[in-house]
This record gives sequence, structure tokens and C-alpha cells, in this order.
Amino acid sequence: MSALTKTFKSMSKAKLAAVVVAIAVIAVFPLVFTNPTVTEIAIFALMFMATSSAWNGFAGSSGYFSLGHAIFFGVGAYAFTIIANDFKMAPTSALFFLMPVAGVFAMVAAVGVGAVALRTKRHTFVVITIGIFFIFQLLGFNLNVTGGASGLQVPTPSNWNAATFNNPFYYAAAILLGFTVLLYWIIKRSAFGLQLLSIRDDEERARGLGVPVWRVKLSAFVVSAFPVGMAGALFAYLIGQIYPQTVFNPLFDLSWALMTLVGGIGTIVGPLLGGVVLESIQQYLNLYLSNVDIYLIIYGVVFLAVMFWMPRGIVPTVVGAVKRRRGTPTGPTSIATSDDKQPAKPDQTAGLIVTAKGATE
Amino acid sequence: MSNFLRAVIDGVLTGSVYALMAAGLTLIFGVMEVINIAQGILVVLGAYLSYVLSVHLGIDLFAGLIITIPVMFVLGVGIQWGLMRRLGEREKVSMSILVTYAVAIILEGVLDLIFGPGYLQLTAWYVNQSIHVFGFYLPYIYVFGFILAVGLLGSLYFILYRTEFGRSLRASQQNKTAARLIGIDVNRVAAITFGIGVAVTAAGGMVFGATTAFNSNSSADLISRLLTIVILGGMGSIGGAMGASVLMLVIEAIVSTYWSPTWATLVFYMVLVLVLVVRPAGLFGQKAVRAQ
Repeated sequence: MSALTKTFKSMSKAKLAAVVVAIAVIAVFPLVFTNPTVTEIAIFALMFMATSSAWNGFAGSSGYFSLGHAIFFGVGAYAFTIIANDFKMAPTSALFFLMPVAGVFAMVAAVGVGAVALRTKRHTFVVITIGIFFIFQLLGFNLNVTGGASGLQVPTPSNWNAATFNNPFYYAAAILLGFTVLLYWIIKRSAFGLQLLSIRDDEERARGLGVPVWRVKLSAFVVSAFPVGMAGALFAYLIGQIYPQTVFNPLFDLSWALMTLVGGIGTIVGPLLGGVVLESIQQYLNLYLSNVDIYLIIYGVVFLAVMFWMPRGIVPTVVGAVKRRRGTPTGPTSIATSDDKQPAKPDQTAGLIVTAKGATE
Repeated sequence: MSNFLRAVIDGVLTGSVYALMAAGLTLIFGVMEVINIAQGILVVLGAYLSYVLSVHLGIDLFAGLIITIPVMFVLGVGIQWGLMRRLGEREKVSMSILVTYAVAIILEGVLDLIFGPGYLQLTAWYVNQSIHVFGFYLPYIYVFGFILAVGLLGSLYFILYRTEFGRSLRASQQNKTAARLIGIDVNRVAAITFGIGVAVTAAGGMVFGATTAFNSNSSADLISRLLTIVILGGMGSIGGAMGASVLMLVIEAIVSTYWSPTWATLVFYMVLVLVLVVRPAGLFGQKAVRAQ
């Protein structure tokens, strides 16, 4: 804990103030905007900020570009629903405490998935995560316990006030977000976080230097499944009905990757910014235009634009520009969310995914 | 026995079409080290193009390829020239996955906007009529599609191994810097390769659309299968992709016959997982997946 307070102390006053303001804004948001449509958009935004952070916490730090994290979302959603139904739990606020249990189920799934997928590297890893993802989706469609294609009904709170119905979900999502950000903020400043970065930069060299590569990357993979599984549980509780294709949704992984890259991979703020902007746009278009196509097109175009104009993501690009204007010396290796007291870490923000080494040629 | 034979024949015939689509994917990877996630939606686009030509202009599906193949070729060159060329050497594979994924969802959105979510299937006399072989009926399109796929794969091999361009392509594949040094315009080779890799989806998409009901969503399933095939075959190896396509689709057809079609798809990915656990380089891969 002392390490934690030390890192807190190392934060600049401005940053601390920004965090306090952000927490305050999130806390009062549903009291100011009471329109249920707005709060629902906000719930999804918080949920995707949390899940993007988790995705970034694994993929952004380790360089293993997972397109299978939606597995954990689905496992969390199904675990939550099946437990709540089997034990005939009453749909009250207490049911939110089932979220961490669902998260643990997701972690168990992640041990199995990771044990297979992490044997491979680079593009093979990407493809095998897609493959394993489809195995889980097909299981969702074909097992008895998941209810097959007709999905499962989730108990819905019936006696909550309609006007403030969304608020418990909102605060659950906010707590999930807070937990996830804190988790990755701590990991990022820990030896474990540095070991992960060393794997991203050069796995063989990290192994040579004595980093327990396998254990570190598998642990990081499993840890990242926890918030995603909890988000899946929250999603199930909020929506009230789950289907294999809505919780094992291949677009989720793409969304997390895009949100992370748009914001800035490997940074704490990046996936938060990407998540709040892109998910709000998506939910808005979904609810008001009820047109998924336009959303897909906008999404793709925004993404291409960011990739080619701000290949490092919004946060590192903006931070770099501000620092340059201020005349602070900053190499391409500056870290958006770190401060100057941190020891220099190699190439944290610029590294899009895999490694700091060039191509193999 | 006749069921088994039928499953094998079915697998070989459809496998050849997958081999064609996968060959395009693996060819692109071999030369440029980029993975084209859009290959799935491009196949669907090929199917929609054939649909438009046959329904609105009354052009025969096979004759329509004379138009759709060049169109898809130009599109492929455009993607390479406009987007992929700008990718830096760093993180190229992962970045290419994202860029082509973005291209895929844009195309999916556009196709869904134009054609709607309803399923379509291409029709022609050879789709509706069947030949009687070994005691079962097989629509002509399976046979014609097989002939088309084998013919196009043959042409691909001819281009790769018997032409000046093929030599430049293989040189770029082996060593980009050395290829540049001996005067090969690597950018041009890359653009044409991407064009060829995408052009095959016109033919693949036509046969796919004639044998399967499709909509813009079919691309997710397609690209997952194609990636599975390409990985199993060893990235960059066209022969490997062909072997893996036929093998996988025969296995799928057999499981589908003796067990159930839903689990057949599961087997498809299970094979991938099992093979990669044992052999991370794929079934036919020569060397271990390159270390960074």
C-alpha cells in the first residue's frame, strides 16, 4: 500500500485535480441528465471505457493483439445469468455483487484460452484468438445450458422507479470503470507492468534477462479477463436477455482495439477517451438513427483517418504537440500519462502493437 | 459408403473454391507481410457484383467474371496504393489487420445499406440443375466452380513461375531490399499482387454466392475460415493454402454428414487450435513462425 501512496504522491497537482474532476463529473452525471436514453448511452460508454482499458492493459502492454476478449464478455454474461437463474436470485441491487463472480468465471476461461493461444505469436496469435472466439460462440449456440440460439432470460428488477431505473446500472458501471483504471494504473507502475513491456519490446531478450515470460503474459491475459467478464455480467443484467451473438460479439474486440488505438495504445487515458467518444457515437446512432450501417461506415472512416493522420492515437499526438509548444524536451519515447519523475521507459506510446524493433528485413 | 463418398466429393469441390480465395490472401501475405481481413467482405462484394450483373443486366454468372475480375483487381490495387502502401515497416502485420478490418466494416456498411440484410443467392440453370453421379445429385455449379477454381489457380501458378512478373514477385517475397537493388519496382509489384489477391475473390464470390445464401454478414464467417486455412497452410504458402482448404472442407463435410452441420463448424476451429498447439507453424509451414 505504501507503494500506492507513493505513486499517488508522485502525481502532479494538475493531474490529481483532473482525476478528482473526472470522478465528480461521473458521479453527478445521472443526477443532471435524467433522460433514460442519455443515461443508457452513458452506461455503455462507461462499460466500454472499462473494457477498452482492460483490452489495452493486456494487448497494449504485451503486444499480443487479442481479438478474442469478447469470449470473456460472453462467459461473464452467461455465468451471471445462469447463476442468477439457477439459484433463483431476486433481481435487486444485491445482484450486482454477482458481477465479480462472473468475472472469476471469465478468468477461469482465460486460463484455458491463454494456455493455448499464447503459445503462438503475432499474426498467428491474432488468428487463433479469432478461432477460439468462434468456438465459444458456437458453444453458446449449441449447448443446452446456454439456451442455444433462443438465448437466456435474465431476471429484471420490476419494482424500481422507471425514472431512475438506469441509475444503479450506471453506478455499477462507474465502479467497474474506477476499479479497472486503478488496476491498470497500479500494474503500469509495477515491476509486473515493466516485465510486460519488455515482452512487448523483445520477448526473447526479456526471456534471456530472466523475465518469466510465460507466467507474466498468461497472468496479464487472465487479469484482463476479469473486468471484461464483469462488464458482460452488467450487460446481461441491463439488457435482460442474452443471445450468443450479442454477448459473444466479434465487433466488441474490434471496438476495443479501435477505441484503444484512437485514444492512444499503451496509455491509461487513451482507451478512456476512445471509449467515451466512440461508444457514445455508436449508441447515439443506434438509438436515434437505428441504423447500424451508417455507424459502421463512420466507424471505419474515423478509424482510417486516425490511423493515417495520428498513427499514435489522439492522446500521445496531442500531448506531444503541447509539449513541443511548451518547449519541453520530448523524444518520441515520452509517455502520455507518466510524469518526469518516472524512469524512462522505452518507446511506450509510439509502439503501436508488437515491438520496438523494426521489420525483420 | 455413398454418404462418405459424397462428403469427400463435396469437400473437394467446395474446398477448391476456398483454395482460390485463400490463395489470394496468402499471396498478399507472402509478398507484403500484410493480412487482408477485408478478403471476406471482398468475396461477398464479388457475389453482390455477380448478382447485380445477372439480375439487372441479364449477364451470365461466368460471363460476368470478365467484368467483375478486373473491377476487383482495380479495387485491390486501390487499397494497396491508397492505404497499405502508407503503412510503416514497424508493426506492419498488426496495423494491416486493423486497416483492412476498417476497410471491411466500411464495405459491410455500404453493402448492407444498398442491399439490406436479406439473404440472396445467385441463380442460373447450372445452379438449379444437377448431375447424377455415384448415386447422388450434385448441382452443376459445384463442378463448374471446381473447374473455374482449378483453372484460375493454374493461371496463378503460371503467372508466378513462368512470367517475368512472377519472378519479380517471388524476388520481392524473398528479399525486398535485394529485389529493389536489382531494379525491381517493389511498390508496383506489391500493388499488382494485391490486385491479383483481391481479383480472385470475384470468382470465389460468384461460386460462393451461387452455392450459399449470403448477406453482408457472411463475411465474418468467411474471413475466419479463410484465416484458419491460411494459418494451417503456413502463411505465404499457396500450395499449403490449397492443401489446407481441401482438407478442412472435406473434414467439415464428413462431420456434417455423420454428426451435424452446426458442430462441423466447431470442428473447423478445433482443428486449428489442435494443430497450432502441436505445430505453431501450421500443417505445411516450413519454418517456425518468424520471431520478431
